[in-house]
Amino acid sequence: MSSVRAELHPSSLIPHPYDVESVRRDFPILSRSVHGKPLVYLDNAATTQKPQAVIDRLVRYYSEENSNVHRGVHYLSEVATAAYEGARTTVRKFINARSEKEVVFTRGTTEGINLVTQSWGRTNVKAGDEILISAIEHHSNIVPWQMLCAEKKATLHIIPVNDRGELIIEEFARMLNERVKIVAVGHASNALGTINPIERMIAMAHANGSLILIDGAQGVPHMTVDVQKLDCDFYAFSGHKVYGPTGIGVLYGKEALLDEMPPWQGGGDMILSVSYETATYNALPYKFEAGTPNIAGVVGLAAALHYVGAIGIDNIGAHEHDLLLYATQRLIEIDGIRFIGTAANKAAVISFVLEGVHPHDIGTVLDQHGVAIRTGHHCAQPLMMRFNVPATGRASFGLYNTREEADALVEGLRDVIEVFR
Amino acid sequence: MTDLRELYQQVILDHNKNPRNFREIPNASSRVEGYNPLCGDHYTVFLQVDGDTIKDVSFIGNGCAISKASASVMSSTVKGKSKEDATRLFETFHKLVTGDTSGLDAADLGRLNAFSGVS
Repeated sequence: MSSVRAELHPSSLIPHPYDVESVRRDFPILSRSVHGKPLVYLDNAATTQKPQAVIDRLVRYYSEENSNVHRGVHYLSEVATAAYEGARTTVRKFINARSEKEVVFTRGTTEGINLVTQSWGRTNVKAGDEILISAIEHHSNIVPWQMLCAEKKATLHIIPVNDRGELIIEEFARMLNERVKIVAVGHASNALGTINPIERMIAMAHANGSLILIDGAQGVPHMTVDVQKLDCDFYAFSGHKVYGPTGIGVLYGKEALLDEMPPWQGGGDMILSVSYETATYNALPYKFEAGTPNIAGVVGLAAALHYVGAIGIDNIGAHEHDLLLYATQRLIEIDGIRFIGTAANKAAVISFVLEGVHPHDIGTVLDQHGVAIRTGHHCAQPLMMRFNVPATGRASFGLYNTREEADALVEGLRDVIEVFR
Repeated sequence: MTDLRELYQQVILDHNKNPRNFREIPNASSRVEGYNPLCGDHYTVFLQVDGDTIKDVSFIGNGCAISKASASVMSSTVKGKSKEDATRLFETFHKLVTGDTSGLDAADLGRLNAFSGVS
């Protein structure tokens, strides 16, 4: 019936290259031009472009299948429900969760983290407790914890980072004490590219009796995520960063934890029965999915994960790693460039500053060349302050980028220097 | 790249590289901080006002070329002017950069015309 694959390719042990030109043809937006130049899209950490398969899946959902889920006995409602719950199974398999009960659909990573701070946090964090986050987090993995600490009179402590952008694990070890209730850390930094040693940090947190939440926004798009193997307590990620639609994400949580957590939002679907006085809550994961969900988003997300799974996430990771090395090597040719974030283990994100030129101006000139990078603080103002820069330019690579596009970035930067120096 | 040339005229590039009055005024009669979190432009402007006249004006901070150049040109344009003249200049400049050309006399603005590309 459906063109959506029922099984995902197992990732090969040894990554192999894929035909990137053929893959590019799957993404209609990549053939458009900007200011008369071919689009060179290097802002994947902000959001990714969508393959035709995802676009088509959304169109097909609304053309042929649309109905509200879980609530009807008519044919379309059954079709929509099957698509929705089928997508949940796709997600479960993609991150190797034990059960669909552990896969909660959200609006995105930010909402997932807020769900944890508000539901788990309010019940479990008390005055005098400590919460640890790292010095290189995105605002979405800082502000919700600040809010929780303020509300509960707990304290937030920051795992320090060295000048290369690597977390100082010896300090993290020292910071783990009996008051630490939870650790929240990114899988990879959107601003620096640093891939954090989360397996080790998860083990250390658990040995200390603390829970650990992973902000996986920059994890899922770039590497295999096996939540059982990781043994993290919570893992949050966004669909739009992994070639899926905006407005959809996933919070993974261990069933035992989610079971104990009070509902977050109240409304339809998260209840079993309602009277005017009271309500009994639905089972997992529905307890955390109040109201009509972003059904199209969920279905589109599954299509994106199938697309990515067919290419192979490890193959994508290897492709991006090659681009990271190539682009870094070429960028060194630019006089006065300085990289911010030079960790030994990095995702394909390159943050840089250019002597004498403000990042905003870099971005403006590059834009005229059709090259899209992000400039600014990347929702990581504390990190910018730690590295003593007001802002950086950031090029972030995705599965469809090419070495030629890295070359275009370098040519554009040569023009920046022409204009400003 | 004519669009770029419109935006980054020579006046702007020059004042960005060598901003005028790029210093603090100790014991300034007023100082104000401006910060645009969207792009990271962050400046402090100092004024030394004596009676009705702006005796000295300076700024420190960091930001994109347009912001630094406009602060630089502004400081040298406004220095020595009366408060009334400075206010009138502000209103004219504001119209320029927001694309409101009604009643705009380019002669009033001098070098500030370089920022017409911003609108």
